[in-house]
Amino acid sequence: MAKIVVDVMLKPEILDPQGVAVSAALPRLGFNFAKSVRQGKRFEIEVDGEPTTAQLAEVEKAAEKLLANPVIETFTVRVEK
Amino acid sequence: MKVGVVTFPGTLDDRDAARAATYAGTEAVSLWHGDADLKGVDAVILPGGFSYGDYLRCGAISRFAPVMEKIIDAANGGMPLLGICNGFQVLCEAQLLPGALTRNHELHFLCRDQKLEITNNATAWTTSFKVGQEIVIPLKNGEGSFQCDDATLAKLEGEGRIIARYVGENPNGSRNKIAGITNERGNVVGLMPHPEHAIDTLTGPTADGLAFFTSVLSAMVK
Repeated sequence: MAKIVVDVMLKPEILDPQGVAVSAALPRLGFNFAKSVRQGKRFEIEVDGEPTTAQLAEVEKAAEKLLANPVIETFTVRVEK
Repeated sequence: MKVGVVTFPGTLDDRDAARAATYAGTEAVSLWHGDADLKGVDAVILPGGFSYGDYLRCGAISRFAPVMEKIIDAANGGMPLLGICNGFQVLCEAQLLPGALTRNHELHFLCRDQKLEITNNATAWTTSFKVGQEIVIPLKNGEGSFQCDDATLAKLEGEGRIIARYVGENPNGSRNKIAGITNERGNVVGLMPHPEHAIDTLTGPTADGLAFFTSVLSAMVK
């Protein structure tokens, strides 16, 4: 069964205090690779069969209306096999 | 004059908001989120709390509650509407007010008595104040940092639509220390701190908050 995945991230110009906190915690645990960290949300949506173009368009609409707040967030919609 | 107070699942401050409306001399009417019925009220308060558990984003699900459809229509027609804390978040999600409330910049949930400066006394909810008046009312939230793009901020500043600012240190990282804003018409106000918890000195730090609720009464009887 295919999944439609919606990833939501805060816009780059919006401060992400959670990402900053994670970024500060990493070196305390000995992980020194991160220049910065930003935290987002991922929605996994199951549909019957292969997602159709119409379904993907509906998901785009739902992401715009509910899953993301376009004032502060951006989103991407993709199909994961 | 009847003031409706909406209860969503997870609302905390509906009783205090109703008490404040009653103290101010108005009749408080309970409105239920699931009823698309405003029961003939003249104004509405969206109180604080954690409606729908703050799931998804604060206010994001409440904004689509059946009662909200009626409230949005009435507010677009000029009905006074005050959103306090979570109510402010709902108003931004409903796009009745611009911008969004995001997590406090230092991540802590804040609960303190906060000094504010009133910067606009021409809205339905602020006529009982003087511009420049300083008040102290409780601030308690985890996601109270007001954010918007530069163009929106310039518009809010230019049109005098910031109704209150934090005095002293910026508690939550809000742009330009914004504690509350209004719409173009001045009937819709969103405020992050809680005036309904400061209506008498027996139960609150001051009685400064009462003026928000007396303002709407004078706005309506004018």
